Amino acid sequence: MRISVDVNGEAYTRDVSPRLLLVHFLRDELGLTGTHWGCDTSNCGVCAVWLDGTPVKSCTVLAVMADGCRVRTVEGLADGDKLDPVQQGFIQCHGLQCGFCTPGMMLTARALLDSNPDPSEAEIREALSGQICRCTGYENIVKSVRWAAEHERETQEVAT
Amino acid sequence: MTTTATTPMGFGRMHRKEDARFTRGKGNYVDDVQLPGMLHGAVLRSPHAHARVVSINTDAAQAHPKVKAVITGAVLQTLKLAWMPTLSYDTQAVLATDKVRFQGQEVAFVIAEDLYSAKDALELIEVEYEPLPAVIDARKALDPGTPVIRDDKEGKTDNHIFDWESGDKAKTEAIFASADVVVSEDVLYPRVHPAPLETCGAIADFDKVNGKLTLWCNTQAPHAHRTVYALVAGLPEHKIRVISPDIGGGFGNKVPVYPGYVCAIVGSIVTGKPVKWMEDRSENLMSTGFARDYHMKAEIAATREGKMRAVRVSVLADHGAFNGTAQPTRYPAGFFHVFSGSYDLEAAHCAVKGVYTNKAPGGVAYACSFRVTEAAYVIERMVDVLAYELKMDPAELRMKNLLRPEQFPYASPTGWEYDSGDYPRTLTLALEMAGYERLRAEQAAQRQNHTPGGVLTGVGISFFTEAVGAGPRKHMDILGLGMADGAELRVHPTGKAVLRISVQSQGQGHETTFAQIVAEELGISPDDIEVVHGDTDQTPFGLGTYGSRSTPVSGAATAVVARKVRDRAKLVASAMLEVSPDDLKWEKGRWFVTGDPEKGKTIQEIALAAHGALELPEGVEGHLDATAVYNPPNLTFPFGAYICVADVDTGTGEVKVRRFIAVDDCGVRINPMIVEGQIHGGLADGIGMALMELIAFDEDGNCLGGSFMDYLLPTSMECPSWELGETVTPSPHHPIGAKGVGESATVGSPAAVVNAVLDALKPYGIRHADMPLTPSNVWRAIQGNPIRTDLAIS
Repeated sequence: MRISVDVNGEAYTRDVSPRLLLVHFLRDELGLTGTHWGCDTSNCGVCAVWLDGTPVKSCTVLAVMADGCRVRTVEGLADGDKLDPVQQGFIQCHGLQCGFCTPGMMLTARALLDSNPDPSEAEIREALSGQICRCTGYENIVKSVRWAAEHERETQEVAT
Repeated sequence: MTTTATTPMGFGRMHRKEDARFTRGKGNYVDDVQLPGMLHGAVLRSPHAHARVVSINTDAAQAHPKVKAVITGAVLQTLKLAWMPTLSYDTQAVLATDKVRFQGQEVAFVIAEDLYSAKDALELIEVEYEPLPAVIDARKALDPGTPVIRDDKEGKTDNHIFDWESGDKAKTEAIFASADVVVSEDVLYPRVHPAPLETCGAIADFDKVNGKLTLWCNTQAPHAHRTVYALVAGLPEHKIRVISPDIGGGFGNKVPVYPGYVCAIVGSIVTGKPVKWMEDRSENLMSTGFARDYHMKAEIAATREGKMRAVRVSVLADHGAFNGTAQPTRYPAGFFHVFSGSYDLEAAHCAVKGVYTNKAPGGVAYACSFRVTEAAYVIERMVDVLAYELKMDPAELRMKNLLRPEQFPYASPTGWEYDSGDYPRTLTLALEMAGYERLRAEQAAQRQNHTPGGVLTGVGISFFTEAVGAGPRKHMDILGLGMADGAELRVHPTGKAVLRISVQSQGQGHETTFAQIVAEELGISPDDIEVVHGDTDQTPFGLGTYGSRSTPVSGAATAVVARKVRDRAKLVASAMLEVSPDDLKWEKGRWFVTGDPEKGKTIQEIALAAHGALELPEGVEGHLDATAVYNPPNLTFPFGAYICVADVDTGTGEVKVRRFIAVDDCGVRINPMIVEGQIHGGLADGIGMALMELIAFDEDGNCLGGSFMDYLLPTSMECPSWELGETVTPSPHHPIGAKGVGESATVGSPAAVVNAVLDALKPYGIRHADMPLTPSNVWRAIQGNPIRTDLAIS
């Protein structure tokens, strides 16, 4: 099947098998390996990407379901060389160790901050509860998201 | 990005060098590697726990248009590769020939143009099995008449693997015979799985022309694996290159050599193309290295006043179908004999019996230093059992029995020499941070007002002593390979450095921490130091990262090699300054003349001169490069005091961890930010194991923990905000006084959580219940009907 997908602002048209998972489309067809694969059952969330602005687990989305949609992956978080505040927050607050869950965590965090610019710790924990991290015990991920929330305004000011 | 302004010249908080790539999605994990012409492998696995393989028909699979090869045990047999050695001198089937011995065992390997086709072709393979009775309950594995699992081993008539003991049995028995009080309990540490989010995988690329095998593999021990492949496959070791790229968590799961790796290698040799094999999640949980599965009968002998006198533990160790446990050769039960813990005892004794069952092989450390988790759990659980019987406060009982600072170095009753410690100080700090007295007062009030179905709060304490940094070569090896590690340091003419180390990060931040060690020793900024690891062609030999050994062993090698460079720099500086080396003094980053501090040369100036035309004295080599191999004189013994505050809903059995206080003493901290991160992760592991994680089996040997829908891991909702404290007691024998920390929290925390839950349930007269304390298990315990959590057999 022929699909056209906008990934991080670039249009891609490919012939794909109807059963191809979105995660494999991104990784193997487009070479965007920042999106990881972890469990096949939508439990771990390392494959989270945005589909038309909403975080989804790309291991349980077919590539053909993304036809005509906008997909955002970790490779599309930064604005050129300028990191998103969420990416900066993860670095500042040691929000990652092995880095495997990090892309999915950051994309969910970005979506949270877009809808709720000043989330409480409980709101952050709830937003990330569909994603597993085996390294950090979540503490520093929560802090990273808070850091991003607090620095969002300041970063935007610098950017303009 | 790290900037010079935030980069300490040595130890201290510093953002990680690794994070630039990981936050941009530019990590390079094994599944990210794409090679030209690469094929994809998939493993057909046994649906039975125990069955004879009658026939395997691969015709239809071979005929699949995208399949390039199908490999079975019969094919491997012709190459003498149907069996491979485990890390414990046992053998393990690569692909089954005679029987399958656990559900999920590898039976055939399909290589196809793409993964989807490889998996399709698995469906086309017809295997005829003749099911056999399965041995699932380890406690019955040695009963007469039980089927013999390992009938592949000549003369094997039972399921016994080993018996091992430690300590003074007679002395321990004498104390038990004369003790005022003896408490006894059957304590299970159930089977769990490290479950890194990145599953295990490899890409084998055999170059027929040059006879060189390159294996990308997410192994925690690339050098050890290279040697194993040389021994198994008969390939010359210098023609094997193992590249371990970024690893998405290991926690011990990625220590062993797995059949899939061997299949990928054979597949590449057979097809002449690179072959990638990545397991899926179920394969990871059902077939690769599990952890624990220790059935422990534990006893403490004490005085009526609560002075602990002796401890003994009898262990039945379930090792699954192949003894694939990863422990130093002399220690089939790892370092379990550190089970006397942090206490001043007259005697201790343990006896461990290992048995085969029809379950997946393993027995790896799950973020635990060789069975130290089981040891710390059993002693800390038993101290609470003793407190329960003596009606003593568990903090007071611990304080009464902790080793005192003046007893270090302490010769333990099972032969360890604990290097250093101030245990009372650490426990006192944890109690203060927790507000222990206030918690107990609140608890007393709550209990008075409790009605069944209401919430009860428990306070659980754990004081652990770890044994890490394996280890001294004369005592410790794996498959004959001594546990020393090498380091190489090159300082380039402009004073920038490259450090090459044998250990392999799975998220621990080695590229940062090890650069900081060199920075501390040489005064070169960590930003100017590149750390190379994870490539056997590029790094010196060493046994890899597990058991919290990287900083104790490889960190020491790094400090030693940096000091060698410093010593060489001194000779060059003396030539530059035209003074005797004896007149030079070191300050971080610079040699200067003792009587004239203004007169000196920086390490960067010295590096340039060492590579330049400066005439060097007789016997002084140019350049500043050096190598070192570090053979640890002893293990290091980190310790800590943990306090968990948990709320138990007695109506539903649900446990909520409200607070967790962790005071760790891991000696000198190189990068406190990274150390704290390691502790956070381990504490989450502890909550997972205590409350959620379990690989159980039904009576037919079906694995009931084979996906993340069944094998539950803690999320952000189950974890509280951790409260950390620290004390620092340097290791006296480690070059920088560091002890290692990666696994401390995983070792120490499960007991604190379980003790908290049982402390909460004290009004119900419950002394012990086994992990995981899921709502249903807690609820059953409250009803007076506790269950065995390891078996789904009612």
